[in-house]
Amino acid sequence: MTDTAIAASALGKRFGRRGGWALRDCTFRLPAGRVCAVVGPNGAGKSTLLALAAGLLGATEGELTVLGTTPAGARARIGYVAQDKPLYPQLTVAETLRMGADLNPGHWDAAAAERITAAGDLDPKSRVRALSGGQRTRVALALALGKRPELLLLDEPMADLDPLARHELMGVLMVQAAQHGTTIAMSSHVVAELEDSCDHLLLIGGGRVRLAGEIDDLLTAHARVAVPADTDLAPHTVVESRTTGRQLSALVRPAGPLPDDWHAATPSLEELVLAHLRNPEAPVLTPAEEAVA
Amino acid sequence: MVRVVEYRIDRRSGVATYVQIVQQTKQALRLGHLQQGDRLPTAREVVEATAINPNTVLKAYRELEREGLVEARRGLGTFVKRSLGTAPAAESPLHDELDAWVVRARTAGLDRDDVAALFTAVLDKNFQGEN
Repeated sequence: MTDTAIAASALGKRFGRRGGWALRDCTFRLPAGRVCAVVGPNGAGKSTLLALAAGLLGATEGELTVLGTTPAGARARIGYVAQDKPLYPQLTVAETLRMGADLNPGHWDAAAAERITAAGDLDPKSRVRALSGGQRTRVALALALGKRPELLLLDEPMADLDPLARHELMGVLMVQAAQHGTTIAMSSHVVAELEDSCDHLLLIGGGRVRLAGEIDDLLTAHARVAVPADTDLAPHTVVESRTTGRQLSALVRPAGPLPDDWHAATPSLEELVLAHLRNPEAPVLTPAEEAVA
Repeated sequence: MVRVVEYRIDRRSGVATYVQIVQQTKQALRLGHLQQGDRLPTAREVVEATAINPNTVLKAYRELEREGLVEARRGLGTFVKRSLGTAPAAESPLHDELDAWVVRARTAGLDRDDVAALFTAVLDKNFQGEN
């Protein structure tokens, strides 16, 4: 067992020789046992990163270590659910789970997989092609969790689900993390969806890592301040600032204690993420990586 | 064993999730819903019901343990060590006096928010520097 689930160093991926970079200069570390939100706008590179970690894509440059080895070498210990939830449409739910058992000899948890499909009132005899998007997600998650993975990579897992199923399946994932210490990395462009379930954040924007670290650490490293418009915010790093009349509101990364009359408050995760996405020039912060170095 | 406390997480409250668990546990202790020897729900039970991160639950329980309210027994769970507060919420003289005061305030024309503001102001004055 290694204490690092995913470590990337100057990782880059380009599609085609003349294509643009989907991901570039990505350096971060995801410790084992964390539930990590992979957040960013559409087209930011979230899916590319997850597919690289799953060993389904090869990196163009840089290094990527997964569970202490190469992504391809770790494949048996990884559960990956792609955004389009690929399954065999002609198989029934029961046959799909049997396929899971056959493909994962020695480490298939049939009870866990069946519990997930049963909770959704799925008829084991229905064919996958006849299922709704949400039901397909459920089968795909059952397949990934039945594998008893050490690392779960989920690309937009909740997108097709109604609020009830979303809550229930997120609960299932959290139980998995609580009981087995499974590392989970899941992407979404909806921050609020992941906020309570995740303790780690990887914010990707424009193919680069913008923020990486424990959510609590990232939040306490920033402050929302409200000051008179002519205030000099130096030496603190300004992520975003806006002047309204006589008032200046800003999101800063304090370089030291802030004056009392700045009305400093800890930002919400959503405020932190949006401020960084609106301001691509804001400096990158990856405290976890600094701690390792 | 009967589940004695169930946590309700309000994402919009602006209060950190682990603090909500700490507060709701204390509230249950004050109201007598949780008593000495009761087992708190396991992290697994809480995350299954609320879909929050397991570390958040553990953080809240560590905080309660640090305050001497609960103790973790290895392999068994987390148990209530002592209850909080001395006055039970209902059917005590203090409750009756407060009830009578609220009735008077209302008769005097104060609405719910006025009463709450007044009560909070008096609380703040008398409990300065405490939580």
